[in-house]
Amino acid sequence: MDAVDHTLEAPQGASLPPGMLRGIPETLLRRQHLYDLAFRNVTRMFAFLVLALLAGILISLVIGSWPAIQEFGPGFLASHEWNPVTEKFGALVPIFGTVVTSFIALLIGIPVSFGIAVFLTELAPLWMRRPIGTAIELLAAIPSIIYGMWGLFIFAPVFADYVQPWMIEYLGPIWFIGPLFKGAPQGIGMLTAGLILAIMVIPFIASVMRDVFEVVPAMLKESAYAVGATTWEVVWNVVLPYTKIGVVGGILLGLGRALGETMAVTFVIGNAHRLGTSLFAPGNSIASALANEFTEAVGDLYTSALIELGLILFLITFVVLALSKILLYRLAKREGTLT
Amino acid sequence: MDKAALYRRRRIVNFVYLGISMLAVLFGLFWLVWILWTLFAQGLHALNLTMFTQTTPPPGSAGGLANAIFGSLLMSLLATLIGTPIGILAGTYVAEYGRRGWLGPATRFINDILLSAPSIVIGLFVYAVYVANVQHFSGWAGTFALALIVIPVVLKTTENMLRLVPDTMREAAAALGAPQWIVISFVTLRAARAGIITGVLLAIARISGETAPLLFTALNNQFWSINMNAPMANLPVVIFQFAMSPYQDWQTLAWGGALLITLSVLTLNIIARVIFAQKSTIA
Repeated sequence: MDAVDHTLEAPQGASLPPGMLRGIPETLLRRQHLYDLAFRNVTRMFAFLVLALLAGILISLVIGSWPAIQEFGPGFLASHEWNPVTEKFGALVPIFGTVVTSFIALLIGIPVSFGIAVFLTELAPLWMRRPIGTAIELLAAIPSIIYGMWGLFIFAPVFADYVQPWMIEYLGPIWFIGPLFKGAPQGIGMLTAGLILAIMVIPFIASVMRDVFEVVPAMLKESAYAVGATTWEVVWNVVLPYTKIGVVGGILLGLGRALGETMAVTFVIGNAHRLGTSLFAPGNSIASALANEFTEAVGDLYTSALIELGLILFLITFVVLALSKILLYRLAKREGTLT
Repeated sequence: MDKAALYRRRRIVNFVYLGISMLAVLFGLFWLVWILWTLFAQGLHALNLTMFTQTTPPPGSAGGLANAIFGSLLMSLLATLIGTPIGILAGTYVAEYGRRGWLGPATRFINDILLSAPSIVIGLFVYAVYVANVQHFSGWAGTFALALIVIPVVLKTTENMLRLVPDTMREAAAALGAPQWIVISFVTLRAARAGIITGVLLAIARISGETAPLLFTALNNQFWSINMNAPMANLPVVIFQFAMSPYQDWQTLAWGGALLITLSVLTLNIIARVIFAQKSTIA
């Protein structure tokens, strides 16, 4: 160590007390500077790694699906054929199933989540908010395979015995929506998959809605109450307009979850490559097709077509989730809760 | 319309909608209770000592889930060990260095998407880059897939927790002459420790129930195996296989496994919340 005389002086005009840095060996400072650089660059490397992971997923899926892309071209998206024997594949049926089940999930999930969020932010007494909020969030913690088993063995039989006959009798004859509720009440099928997805997305949508409702300034709500608005009028005319970007963001987050949900859907959707109007009929979703067929796929083209399905799923969810995040960031920025 | 009638109508509308909102809460809780009740009703009698001591049986004979439980524990442990440091370091960058420049916000954005991305796609990715190249399913492949799911969860909580640390703490440490890496690793990360542990627990809870990414990576193994380079049994895939089978005793075991997984996941979630709640009341 040579350093004792190479002491540093505080720079001219700096407001450090004189002598503050005196006595620190320069090598020590230099070493700490190196550690600083190293630490910063190591953490930066791992941040890059996350970006690289996304790029890697995209690239590997494109490479994996290249044989199918070359063979079928853009027609892959429009063809409803799925025949491993003749090696003709099209994505229309699984895409249709994915979209329909997710749509049913949102149709039920949005109003329920909204109700839960309103209850948790406006109605519930303070002591009740946490336990109930936690219970709803635990719905999201239950593994999806559990939803699948419960759906197949417990929910589907009950649904087939009690609910579906009722739907066939009372909803079936209605003009336009009637054909949706025709067919044998088997319990499993697109509608069941959509219902179970609805239960699974509720905690996600409800927790985003609750979080965004909580950022509404109390003064706005109090002003509305002061001029005589009812609780419902405050929610509908003050809270909701103020938070609509965030609410849409939360809905899109739920949609992203529903689109990619695999195990629960695989158990109850029935796994049939069939296109039909009835929601009682078995169908297929992208994720369930992958879960069922991937390990059993023989031949490069079959595997490659399945990977292309995965690529399509990833692209769709990417767009939906990206939109969701952009909307939520925008709300957060307006609130100044995000720097 | 006369004023009293209008007032009454508004009161009624209010009452109806708030009633619906309470019904929505009951609707949500109803499924939670029903699912948990089902699990206990179906799984409790399968949950006995043999489940932990014997390996998965062929159809028609008695057995347990020992190999699957072991496989799940081992893969989750290794996945957590791989994913946690990556998540913490990347999260540290985003929260501490990423306030300016493009990399921090970009990482946060992409990470938020990965957090909700379909886990089956992660399985496909690991299949395409690892399994297809080494030509066999393996415990390592499953571990990598799970690690990729751990990373976004840990990154997100690390970042959020570091953001909660007040800047005055960083400034105080820097004023005492601490270099930035010491400020971060001995002051801010330490202050955020409880929150980060919460994140790791939540990540473990998340991967212990994940089935989809293991289907094409770890696959399954009927026998006791500790070879990470061979297909490895794991609870979720065994449950999937046994539940879908026509054999009664396999289905019973599947319910036992399902109860076991759910109890561990919910316990982890509740512990994580308790740790975090204690921390927040102190701070």
